[in-house]
Amino acid sequence: MTATAVITGLGVAAPNGLGVKEYWTATLRGESAIARIERFDPSRYPARLAGQVRGFVAEDHLPSRLLPQTDRMTRLALVAADWALDDAGVRPDELPPYDMGVVTASSSGGFEFGQNELRNLWSKGSQYVSAYQSFAWFYAVNSGQISIRNGMKGPSGVVVSDQAGGLDAVAQARRQIRRGTPLIVSGSIDASICPWGWVAQLAGGRLSTSEDPDRAYLPFDANACGHVPGEGGAILVVEDAEAARHRGARPYGEIAGYGATFDPRPGSGRERGLRRAIELALADAGVEERDVDVVFADGAALPEEDRAEAEAITAVFGRAGVPVTAPKTMTGRLYSGAAPLDLATALLSIADRQIPPTVNVRPVTDYGLDLVTGAPRPAELRTVLVLARGHAGFNSAMVVRSVA
Amino acid sequence: MQFTLDDLKRILLESAGADESVDLDGDILDRRWDELGYESLALLETGSRIEREHGISLDESEVADAHTPRELLAIVNTQLATTAAA
Repeated sequence: MTATAVITGLGVAAPNGLGVKEYWTATLRGESAIARIERFDPSRYPARLAGQVRGFVAEDHLPSRLLPQTDRMTRLALVAADWALDDAGVRPDELPPYDMGVVTASSSGGFEFGQNELRNLWSKGSQYVSAYQSFAWFYAVNSGQISIRNGMKGPSGVVVSDQAGGLDAVAQARRQIRRGTPLIVSGSIDASICPWGWVAQLAGGRLSTSEDPDRAYLPFDANACGHVPGEGGAILVVEDAEAARHRGARPYGEIAGYGATFDPRPGSGRERGLRRAIELALADAGVEERDVDVVFADGAALPEEDRAEAEAITAVFGRAGVPVTAPKTMTGRLYSGAAPLDLATALLSIADRQIPPTVNVRPVTDYGLDLVTGAPRPAELRTVLVLARGHAGFNSAMVVRSVA
Repeated sequence: MQFTLDDLKRILLESAGADESVDLDGDILDRRWDELGYESLALLETGSRIEREHGISLDESEVADAHTPRELLAIVNTQLATTAAA
């Protein structure tokens, strides 16, 4: 028998809310955190808006031993992991180290730390570069630091596939649980709102250069003009359902299905892969299209990408066949942190019987989506589909389902 | 000029912070680095900062072989004396 993987703990660090409660309250109210960048002076850059995590003081949460060796994304991830474990009621020091692993995603690594050390290298010389640069910038560093802090020695790793990685990592967590590890800390936090991270993102050519926070990130809108980046995400405690039940945990829901595809070569004329990723995820979950109660969209906010996503959704569910939402319109795109935050949001939606809104967007009618806009929509939710696409062809889809 | 335990403690804190369970103001001279919560990378960073502040060059393998604050102080002070005499 294949083990069932359930999510038992959530840790959220989002631009519109630090902590699950704050995030969920703000999200239901439709509170956007997209604003002019405060972490550095953006005036000389073409894109100046971002979704920034505010009020996070690492010193309040982490020992001094960790501060000189961690980038902002790692600090947020360590604290979110603490919150997720606490939420799950898990005390890592009471469990066998090899029964716990860590699988996170990453899209950029620790850019701000790296930027500071490169500046030291150029302006002062190699002897001024921190020894911790050896790992602090690295994609796998969040997994490593969460593992060390919590004494988790089971199977661990990192998945790097841009925004899709947020689902791919959780799928890898489920694989490790099926192979016999009872608990995996998963999800992802990304944070690279610093000049070096910013120019790297600008080079991709997909950022919105709008100056109006309410008009800058508009997926599925006729005025879609690229995305606003954000920072943060969610860390999730994923457990073997039997193990969770045995210790009396109350899961938020089950990771019921997953599918991942890669787009064909551009210009090949073949259909892109998102529809098939959705179908694979539904088949893996053993659910029919009509069983899906809401879809959390990827929301690239580029006309061609929005159309492709809408076509994939309507190809599977029919025109306006399922409610669709993109709460990330309140946070900006969080890269690998986006889909784990969407998973957390999906589970909160199920528990609270409300679909959070997509803000600021007037959907293009022609796309045929039943987009939840303006205010939360009350709904009995049991099965939720979350979509995430990574730049240059990654498509991932995940089905989460209530366990009751 | 003498490199003191207080100098070392300050640089350790800047380089690598301090473990919550360790009192650096206690009697640490002969405690092993691992008991004090510092691993090789923390000591590499500490050695690098000492070199920068004092304009000296420390032998990496000697620093790696110093297992306690007392042993590291001795290496630094020997090097300071050699550099001053040169």
